Amino acid sequence: MSATAEAMAPRAAAFSPIGDAVIDCQLQKVFYGDFLAVRNSHVPIEKGKITGFIGPSGCGKSTVLRSLNRMNDLIPSFRFEGHVKYHGQDVYGKTVDPVVVRRYIGMVFQQPNPFSMSIYDNVAFGLRLNRYKGDVEERVQKALERAALWKEVKDKLNKSGLSLSGGQQQRLCIARAIATEPDVLLMDEPCSALDPIATRQVEQLMLELKERYTVALVTHNMQQATRVADTTAFFGVDISGGGRTGYLVEMGETRQIFQDPQEELTKQYVSGEFS
Amino acid sequence: MAVNPFQHADSASSVSGPPSGGDYLADSIFRIIALSCAALIVVLILYILWEIGGLALPAMAQHGLSFVSGTTWNVGTQEFGVLPEIWGTLYSSFLALILGGTFGVAIAIFLTQDFIHARLAAVFRTIVELLAAIPSVVYGLWGIYVVIPMLRPVAEWLHSELGFIPIFGTELSGPGMAPAALVLAIMILPTVAAITVDAFRRIPYKVKEAAYGMGTTRWEAILKVMLPTASSGILAALVLGFGRALGETMALAMLIGNSNQINLSLFAPANTLASLLASSFPEAGQIEVQALMYAAVVLLLITLIVNIVGLGIQQYTVRKFEGKT
Repeated sequence: MSATAEAMAPRAAAFSPIGDAVIDCQLQKVFYGDFLAVRNSHVPIEKGKITGFIGPSGCGKSTVLRSLNRMNDLIPSFRFEGHVKYHGQDVYGKTVDPVVVRRYIGMVFQQPNPFSMSIYDNVAFGLRLNRYKGDVEERVQKALERAALWKEVKDKLNKSGLSLSGGQQQRLCIARAIATEPDVLLMDEPCSALDPIATRQVEQLMLELKERYTVALVTHNMQQATRVADTTAFFGVDISGGGRTGYLVEMGETRQIFQDPQEELTKQYVSGEFS
Repeated sequence: MAVNPFQHADSASSVSGPPSGGDYLADSIFRIIALSCAALIVVLILYILWEIGGLALPAMAQHGLSFVSGTTWNVGTQEFGVLPEIWGTLYSSFLALILGGTFGVAIAIFLTQDFIHARLAAVFRTIVELLAAIPSVVYGLWGIYVVIPMLRPVAEWLHSELGFIPIFGTELSGPGMAPAALVLAIMILPTVAAITVDAFRRIPYKVKEAAYGMGTTRWEAILKVMLPTASSGILAALVLGFGRALGETMALAMLIGNSNQINLSLFAPANTLASLLASSFPEAGQIEVQALMYAAVVLLLITLIVNIVGLGIQQYTVRKFEGKT
C-alpha cells in the first residue's frame, strides 16, 4: 500500500469476528469507470449471523454487498481491486466463473423481481438450473414454508408469480433464493419497497433464516439493523478527494455500534444527525 | 362550469384555483377528437367490408361454399374455386413465418442481450428496418434474378437425393413455393425483429439481475428467463409478421408461379389469394370480378381470424405468465 493510500485509510480498528468468517472481503478499491466508489474496507461476514450494512446513501454499502457474489460484473465499467475470500478461495480469482459464485451465494434484491412464470416454477428455477435430481416438489414446498408464503399460495402454485402482492413477491424471491440452500444469502434493502406489515414478516424470516444460512443485509433503516443484525458495518462517504468515495468507518457488534460507537461519524449517524 | 367550493380556503396568498372554462373546453374537445378518430377506424373497416362484400354478393349467392372448396378457376366455364389459393396463402405464409420468425427473434436477441455494443446495435437495427423500406416489386425482381438461380442447384440435389420426402417431391422449374417463401421470410423479418427487439427492451433490468443472481449463464438467462418474459411481445410480433405474409402481393405474384394446384412440394409452383387478385384483375370481366371480390372477402376473413386467434393466444400468455387480468 502506498503512503498516500495509507493516509487515506480509515482509522477504524479492524474488526475480527468471534466465529468463522464465511466471506472475508478485503476491498482495496472499487471503480465504476474512473469513479472510485469504495476504498479500503475490510468486511468479514460471519457464519450463521446476520451482518447488517448501514450508512448514508452513496456510501457504497450496496456496491460492497454486490461485490461479494460478483453481481457488479454485470456493469461493464466495474473494476474490483482486493480480494473476497470465500471458503479460502478468492471469488475474484482468475479461474473462478462468476456464475458458480452466484450459485453458492444467493441474492435477494431491493425490488421484488419474480420471473414471469408460475409461483412453482419461480421456486423450482434454481433447482432445475442446478439439475437437482431429488424431489423438486418437496423442496419447493419447504422453501415456500421457510419463506412464510406456503399457506398463502399452496392452492395457486400455477398462478403467475407476478400476480402476488409486493410483500408476497418479495417472499417468493426469498423462497426462490433459498430453494437451492445456498451457503450465504445477500439481501440488498429487501424491505425498501414493502409496507410495514410485509417488512415485519420479512424481518421475522431473516431471523429464522440465520439458523441455516449466513445473511448479509444492506438496509437504509437503522431500526431494522438493530432489530435483526448481529454485526453491523457502518459505511461513510469521504468527499475529501473531490468525489464521493465510500469506505467502512466502523464495524462491530450491533449493540456496540449503536450504543457505544468508537468513531465520531458513527456516533453522529446512529444518533440521527445525518442520514 | 363547475363551482369552486374551496375559494375561501385558509391561505390568503394561495395561488391555487380551479381550471378555467377554457381548460375544461379544451379537455372535452380533445376527448371528442380522440373518440372520433378511434370510431373512424372502425367505420372504415366496416365500410370496406360492406363495399367488397356488396360486390362479392352475386358470386357468393351463385357459388356458395363450393367456392372455398373448389379447386379450379376457369373463366370460360365459370367455375371458380380458391382452395389451392387458400392453401398456397397459408403454406407460403407459414413457411415464411418459420424462417423469418426464427431469424427475427434470433436477431432481436443478438441486438438486445449485450452481444454487441449498444451503438452498433442501433446501427444494425436501422439496417434491419431498412429491409422494410425496399419495395415489394424490387423483392420480386431480386427473387427472379437472384434467389431462383441460387436455389436451383440446391433444389435439384434435394429432389434427386431426398425426393421421396413429399416436400422435395417435385423439381424446381422456376418460380415456386420455395423462392416465394424465402423472399417472403426476408420481407417479414424486419417486422418480427423490430417488435421482438421492443419486447426484449421492455424487460426491466431487475429481471436480468434476478436471472444472473440465480447463477445462470448468459444462455440460460436468455432462454429460461428473458424469452418467457418477452413471450407475449414475441407472439405479437409473429402474428403481425404472419399477417403481413398473408397479404403480401406483388413479390409473390412474381415468384410463386401462379399455378392452381395443391402440392406439399417446396419446389412446385402454387398461387396465393393476393397474387390471384393482382394477376387476374386487369383482364377480368364482370363475372370474374365478382368472383375475385369473393376471393378478397375470403382473404380478409383469413387475416381477421389469424389476428383474432393470435391476439387470443397473446392474451392467454399475458394472463398465464404475467398474472394480469
